[in-house]
Amino acid sequence: MKQILVISGKGGTGKTTLVSSFASLAGGKVLSDCDVDAADLHLVLSPRVNRKEEFSGGKEAVKDSSKCTECGLCYEGCRFDAIDENYEIDHFRCEGCGVCAYVCPEGAITMEDVLSGYSLESSTEHGSMIHGELQAGEEASGKLVTEIKQKAKKLAEEEGQELVIIDGSPGTGCPVIASLADVDFALVVTEPTESGLSDLKRVVELSKNFEVEPAIVVNKHDLNHQKVSEIEKYAEGHDIPIIGRIPYDSNVTRAMVEGESIVEYSDDGASEAIREIWRKVENKLLEL
Amino acid sequence: MQITVSAGKGGTGKTTVAVNLALALSESHSVEFLDCDVEEPDAGIFLKPENENSEPVTIEIPEISEDVCTYCGDCSEACEFNAIATFSENVLVYPELCHGCGLCSRVCTADAISERSKIIGEVRRGSTGSIDFYEGDLTIGEPMATPIIRDMKKKVTEENISILDSPPGTACPVIESLHGSDFALLVTEPTPFGLHDLRLSVKVAREMNIPVGVVINRYGIGDKSVEDYCEDEGVPVLMKIPNDRKIAELYSNGVPFVNKFDNWKGRFNQLFEEITRIVNPRAKSVEV
Ligand code: SF4
Ligand code: SF4
Repeated sequence: MKQILVISGKGGTGKTTLVSSFASLAGGKVLSDCDVDAADLHLVLSPRVNRKEEFSGGKEAVKDSSKCTECGLCYEGCRFDAIDENYEIDHFRCEGCGVCAYVCPEGAITMEDVLSGYSLESSTEHGSMIHGELQAGEEASGKLVTEIKQKAKKLAEEEGQELVIIDGSPGTGCPVIASLADVDFALVVTEPTESGLSDLKRVVELSKNFEVEPAIVVNKHDLNHQKVSEIEKYAEGHDIPIIGRIPYDSNVTRAMVEGESIVEYSDDGASEAIREIWRKVENKLLEL
Repeated sequence: MQITVSAGKGGTGKTTVAVNLALALSESHSVEFLDCDVEEPDAGIFLKPENENSEPVTIEIPEISEDVCTYCGDCSEACEFNAIATFSENVLVYPELCHGCGLCSRVCTADAISERSKIIGEVRRGSTGSIDFYEGDLTIGEPMATPIIRDMKKKVTEENISILDSPPGTACPVIESLHGSDFALLVTEPTPFGLHDLRLSVKVAREMNIPVGVVINRYGIGDKSVEDYCEDEGVPVLMKIPNDRKIAELYSNGVPFVNKFDNWKGRFNQLFEEITRIVNPRAKSVEV
């Protein structure tokens, strides 16, 4: 079984547009949305949720004020500034390490499991999908990504599918690192802007660090030709293929408003470019 | 006054709003700018800081003296992040999982654990005209952005106007950016994706008791759903930036649009006045 990941470094470059299109173009596969703190794929694919499981990826310190003698040891021990001068625990900052509970001589602090989010198993008209919902403001996004990926892989095995298509999250931090783990190939979507290029370089370096082969897609390539050639130069210098160029197309937003993928919504422009990209991805998968 | 510019969805124009706001205000106020999007720091592309110097950001990770270690396994048992594993004749530390909390060295009864500093990124400081500019940079391959943001935010002064460019999403680095802010300025686009992710951001800011206002970027694409939502929820829409090819082109070349369209300076100053009006009745010490 093969796993392909679509990432972007920079947010809003069109990752989900691409993944939702692949969903309707690809044959047997399982979809997996690993952009857990802003999961948008379901807005296009309208999944029917079959199973929803709670996910706890960590703990949090809880204080019993009646036992607290205000000795201040927890305050001194916490390295995350999560305990204030009044020895109250700031649950937004607590990383759940347990130092405070360990040092408290009164046993006033206990570590409790937190609900970090949910993993969901759903069906869509284009096949099964595993996705997640991170509780707003929770830690453990990386762990939830790992959980979702494992479930998607298992489900693909059960269904006898050969492919998992993963929608990754922006950035280069823990959820992205978790989404890169053992994928076969990463499609990096960028746009011809100064920041697009800067973010592209970072995420390409990241995927190489984790030994995942990247390929580039330039979205809205007609926005700035100068920047496109800078991207091309960078790609050539680093021996990374550019496997597609998508034109700016106002139908992309219209399709989104209608809750459809662009390849279902129209045939030319962005839709045509994405079909072409998918053909190349399929060939690439045969080579792997 | 600390204003954090955030967005549930990446690529909606967070950095654009933060940068243009800072430039417009800097003509008559003391402004500091903190790029908290440490996984993809892009504000510098627009603000082009000068005289930058950098300080490393480190976390303390355990180091085991194998000659005194008794392989009791207490450290592995205590660690909430599975970052230290004990085998029959060695102990392995996984630096990328370690949060640097120091619990393992506290629980070790053989005194076999010391700590060493590991660099996970840096904070650079420079200036753009009269703006004090800070940017955090997470080393590629490092998963944890929060310590960098936490370190950088120690530079925030009470007297100045601090504009923070937050990462996208709603996970822990966003929480750290919003922490202690007087106002959350949420940038979105008028599409179903924009709306979905805006809801999550509003929820987080409200849980943190931070007043919110919205900027709708690329106004004119998509639909009315964001405006309807804001009206229903009583969330003020403080600015609309039209979907304008010229603005997009300037962005792609790394040029802040207030530098080209003078009338926008006035609009960003008005935006700031409205924010002040919203914050003032409830802020502790705002002098502007
Ligand atoms: S569990 Fe750790 S991070 Fe949380 S309050 Fe206690 S010492 Fe601080
Ligand atoms: S410092 Fe904390 S997170 Fe790191 S290995 Fe020790 S107990 Fe685990």
